[in-house]
Amino acid sequence: MAIIQVDNLVKRYGDHTAVDGVGFTVDEGEIFGILGPNGAGKTTTVECVEGLRTPDDGVIRVCGLDPRRDEADLRQVLGAQLQESELPDKLRVDEALELYSSFYRAPVDWRELADTLNLTDKLGTRFKQLSGGQKQRLSIALALVGDPRVAVLDELTTGLDPQARRDVWDLIERVRARGVTILLVTHFMEEAERLCDRLAVIDAGRLVAIDTPAGLVAKVDDRQRIRFRPSGPLDHAVLTALPEVTAVERAGSQLVVTGTGNLLLAITTVLAREHVIAADLRVEQTTLDDAFVALTGRPIEP
Amino acid sequence: MSALVRLTATETKLFFREPMAVFFALAFPPVLLVILGSIPSMRQADPALGGARGIDLYAPILIAMAITMFAISGLPQQFTTYREKGALRRMRTTPVKPVVLLGAQLLMATILSAATTAVVLAVGRLAFDVRLPQQPLGYLVGYALAALAMFAIGLLVAALAPTGKSAGAIGTVLFFPILFFAGLWVPREAMGAVLRRISDLTPLGAGVQALRDAALGHWPQPLHLAVMLGWTIVAGGLAGRYFRWE
Repeated sequence: MAIIQVDNLVKRYGDHTAVDGVGFTVDEGEIFGILGPNGAGKTTTVECVEGLRTPDDGVIRVCGLDPRRDEADLRQVLGAQLQESELPDKLRVDEALELYSSFYRAPVDWRELADTLNLTDKLGTRFKQLSGGQKQRLSIALALVGDPRVAVLDELTTGLDPQARRDVWDLIERVRARGVTILLVTHFMEEAERLCDRLAVIDAGRLVAIDTPAGLVAKVDDRQRIRFRPSGPLDHAVLTALPEVTAVERAGSQLVVTGTGNLLLAITTVLAREHVIAADLRVEQTTLDDAFVALTGRPIEP
Repeated sequence: MSALVRLTATETKLFFREPMAVFFALAFPPVLLVILGSIPSMRQADPALGGARGIDLYAPILIAMAITMFAISGLPQQFTTYREKGALRRMRTTPVKPVVLLGAQLLMATILSAATTAVVLAVGRLAFDVRLPQQPLGYLVGYALAALAMFAIGLLVAALAPTGKSAGAIGTVLFFPILFFAGLWVPREAMGAVLRRISDLTPLGAGVQALRDAALGHWPQPLHLAVMLGWTIVAGGLAGRYFRWE
């Protein structure tokens, strides 16, 4: 069942149309990603879902509620983590959690939540003294303290170092395990690939594609590239004769074979027959990055 | 615990983590009273002031100053800084309502400035023999209206100022004329007729006179109560109208 429904969403700022006819549905329990370059309209889209902005056109329902008309009810079921929002410098972590939990009718136990988000040993620390990753974890905790059914997380790992980013990803998976549906805004391919069940790709305010990460990649191209260093001379013809192979190139001491289908099995079978050993063998598959370029005509980060 | 109580408690804790703000808002008015009271001429009846002692006149003026510290210096800067940093926007995604946010700020400012007022009255009574208000109910009404009017002006500054820094600047610019007309430099009794008439129409000119009248045992004059009420309604209404989360 769809817990979030967005239909033909349009949002204009003056002459500029930031979101132009975007639509998608998110099922209960999903991690749904909104992927796109900066300025694509991702944040505007989720801010309409959060009821922070009024759409110029279109229909939005979150748990059956209209975010503008039913704002008071929405606030009880939707938790939001915003880009660039800070807390007072001298507010302590435990005070922030206790304060935010007092806003809700039926909050979760904030101490247990702090434990889930690895914040227990930081409870007495002031906001200003937290690291970037700790601030993000607190921000996620505050989004979840009201026991929401839906959590919207906007660019939550931007500005974090790789380790902190992976820690946050682990946490998101734990949050989903609590039964929370997650709408995740990101411009990191790796993040989208790792976390999201399904993705909406948005570019210049329009929905470009919507699928699972693997589905997006497959839709674009199922070409693979295999590189290896043959242990002895090998006639290219034995490879090009294979139906799976589309091209064979030599790059220094290496061979680069491009093809489709079960390319690896086809090649290794031939090599075994020819008594050639493939050293340094690497399989390169189409990535979400490649898919993104194919869908939008440009890389996600300039 | 309710959001209002929790917010007020949290804001109060945060306030006490700013030593300079605590000093100026809580300790400065009583300290100034002690300094003024230790000048011998302040403790003598002065014919130029209608036979009153300087220290008697300054007690309500310092109480007006205590209110101003919170209303004009503390509150708008706090609020705009929260807005600037996105803390207000963050709260907007929760069920808490703006009126609760404002309510918590007002509650904290009221409780703390009332505490300072109590200290000023106590120090005045014990150290300098300043008589306690003879018309306590009138005094309370005058105090409440003066505080409301000033908080409303502070909230209006908070609503209009784009950044925490500009809120501080606007507060400082307002601070001096408001306290001038309250009589901080020239008590109202020593002002000329025109100046005193202007002072009657300012929130704290009216406020100080209302406190002074009640201290002497009279009920505050309707003009002064009306002036403070007017400021509260106009400034408070505009503050509500221009309130912004971000």
